[in-house]
Amino acid sequence: MTLNLWLIPVLPAAGAAINGFFGRRFSNKMVSAVALASTAASFAWALLAAIRLLGMPADQLPYIERIGVWLRSGDFVVEYGFYLDHLSMIMMLVVTGVGFLIHVYSVGYMGHEGGYYRFFSYLNLFMFFMLTLVLADNYLLMFVGWEGVGLASYLLIGFFFLRDSAANAGKKAFIANRVGDFGFLIALFLLVKHFGTLQYTDIFHKVAEFSPGIESGAGLLTAIALLMLVGATGKSAQIPLYVWLPDAMEGPTPVSALIHAATMVTAGVYMIARSNAIFSRSTTALAVVAIIGCLTSFFAATIGITQTDIKRVLAYSTVSQLGYMFLACGVAAYSAGIFHLMTHAFFKALLFLGAGSVIHAVGGEQDMRKMGGLKKYAPYTFWTMLIATCAIAGIPGLSGFFSKDEILWQAFSSPHGHWAFWLLGITTAFMTSFYMFRLLFMTFFNEYRGPVAVQHTSHEAQPHAATASAEHAGHTHAVPPPAPPTNAHDHGGHGEPHESPWAMVVPLVLLAVLSVIGGYVGVPKALHGGNHIEHFLAPVMPTITAEAAGTAHGGAHPEQEQSQAAEDSSLELTLTGVSVAVAFAGLGLAWLLYVKRRDLPAKIANSLGGLYTAVLNKYYVDEIYGAAIIGPLIAFSTRVLWRGIDATLIDGSVNSGAQGVRELGDSLRHQQSGNIRSYAGWVTAGAALVILYMVWMGTR
Amino acid sequence: MVPISYYLVLSAILFACGVAGFLIKRNIITIFMSIELMLNAVNLTFVTFAAQWQALSGYIFVFFVMVVAAAEAAVGFAIIIAVFRTRETLNVDRVNLLKL
Repeated sequence: MTLNLWLIPVLPAAGAAINGFFGRRFSNKMVSAVALASTAASFAWALLAAIRLLGMPADQLPYIERIGVWLRSGDFVVEYGFYLDHLSMIMMLVVTGVGFLIHVYSVGYMGHEGGYYRFFSYLNLFMFFMLTLVLADNYLLMFVGWEGVGLASYLLIGFFFLRDSAANAGKKAFIANRVGDFGFLIALFLLVKHFGTLQYTDIFHKVAEFSPGIESGAGLLTAIALLMLVGATGKSAQIPLYVWLPDAMEGPTPVSALIHAATMVTAGVYMIARSNAIFSRSTTALAVVAIIGCLTSFFAATIGITQTDIKRVLAYSTVSQLGYMFLACGVAAYSAGIFHLMTHAFFKALLFLGAGSVIHAVGGEQDMRKMGGLKKYAPYTFWTMLIATCAIAGIPGLSGFFSKDEILWQAFSSPHGHWAFWLLGITTAFMTSFYMFRLLFMTFFNEYRGPVAVQHTSHEAQPHAATASAEHAGHTHAVPPPAPPTNAHDHGGHGEPHESPWAMVVPLVLLAVLSVIGGYVGVPKALHGGNHIEHFLAPVMPTITAEAAGTAHGGAHPEQEQSQAAEDSSLELTLTGVSVAVAFAGLGLAWLLYVKRRDLPAKIANSLGGLYTAVLNKYYVDEIYGAAIIGPLIAFSTRVLWRGIDATLIDGSVNSGAQGVRELGDSLRHQQSGNIRSYAGWVTAGAALVILYMVWMGTR
Repeated sequence: MVPISYYLVLSAILFACGVAGFLIKRNIITIFMSIELMLNAVNLTFVTFAAQWQALSGYIFVFFVMVVAAAEAAVGFAIIIAVFRTRETLNVDRVNLLKL
């Protein structure tokens, strides 16, 4: 039985090609039809494949579809093929499903921007690479997808490329990712060198036979895992490479939702979960993953509290939530990480799309201080955003509650866990709840603080006015004289905030539904749930209990799991109670500060003084990187590589060679006087010399 | 009998005179005459050695040189006349149209 998995990535690729090559001549409707149809078909096929996969007997898993041999070099062979198991199935469904909803949303959001076809072409291209990444059956093909999503991300962040900040943000994202890719690539080289293959199945087999059983110090598997982690920190915006993600908000909002919240940034988590056979064998690597995840989630949450740009708050929130996923992977609770990845994809995509709807409603403004009171103007956006906020904050009953709680519990109870992880995690949960409700209250509650009924080309909508005109300017070379620049998110000539068109509202509602029900696949046993997702993923990755049982007693994990769960369930319930309390505390504090006593935040900020300024300025991390790495690098490149080696050594040697020849020629040029008698003189002198020589030779 | 060295020295002096005239003079006809002088200095050497070694080929060579010189004189004077008609000068330094 063949599932024809190749169709899933190829369909969006076809959409990208059609829109990319011919889209300029299409009407906007045609462009949307191509993009939506290819994504919808891909989603439908993915759904079909998933259903048929679930019907397969367990011994046929993972399902591998070989298309052909890609590289052959001696014994080393890389195949081109697709790999479907429960893990890639979840990823595939999230990518195509959320991706499709965001495509629908983009039709409404991007409707008035220039470069419409270009946007959808890039978006489909991204889908192609992302699906290649999650469906690849070897690390090299995964790396192709990995690089490809980086490219798509670069193109989409810099979509408004005439705006300097957008172009720079694109470059920053790409370069930060390159740093990570470097580590990933070296990990791949190590795999090739020591295992001679990059196919998942072969590697996992060989790793399983690799001795010693579990590395505690520095060894080959630790090195590979840590280098992979470097790659993952780049792609998934973890310390120390997270700096690109907040800047990536320069891209259009649907892009932020799709790439920088729901899918691409989770690639690192997927990669670690996929490589769990390697990571689980190295306690050092796991500890590093957990520490990085934990610190990132805490660190980013503190920054999120102070930001006022609605998308930046969400960006730091994304970094923070990704930290949770890393924490889960770091305590070997991969299924908890993937669970959170899935629920996060739902509610964070929803939050970003809601933020886009808000930005749309107020005409391009992104500063939350100039919003407020939007509840009555944009009710659908408000209600869906409320659901998403509750979900991410961990209000019981919503998806984020279950997944986050699972991670916190695993961080506490897992053999690789530690109470410190839990403590930092629960603090982060409190901050998450606080800054998310702060965002909600500042945006939707109280009175509208933005300018009402103003001139529409005024400062209010400047960012988008600029981009709109920039877009038009960018295309003057290609299209007949464009229509006068229109302001993308400022319709109709009324200054009042307004609800978004249906194409934007429907995805919001669907994602809100998913944000609510998404958690019920993983209700923990302590709450009398089945924790289905953990069982679901069990064939792919040993859960920590199974692993502990496996090392101690050699299998028989269901009973083991059950007894352990029963033992721990009272403790788990207590911890759950704490996290619920913390979520509500965050809500309450946000209510107090941003609804009841709105004079307080400024006072608190004042009393904190330098600390507040430091956090507001993101701990000056960008500046520190600039001074410590980028500045010296540029100085080195300028002084040594450019002026020293290139200008002085290379150019210098060539130029001085040319100069020497020129000077020699200059002096010889005087021989060529054009005066016949001087030539004759030289001939005579030469002849005289020859004769003298012969005479001298003769007389010797 | 006059020693052979006398002939050779005379020939050398004549040749040197020819070279000097060729290098110093500007009048194209004088230069032409200097060339003839050099040719005849060489002829003198030929006949000297031919007489010395009793070799007929030396005499014959002299005739060839004379024939070539005559032909050259005919062509050369034709050119000189043509130059004079267009340039109205016989100064070689002023016949320099091809010079950059």
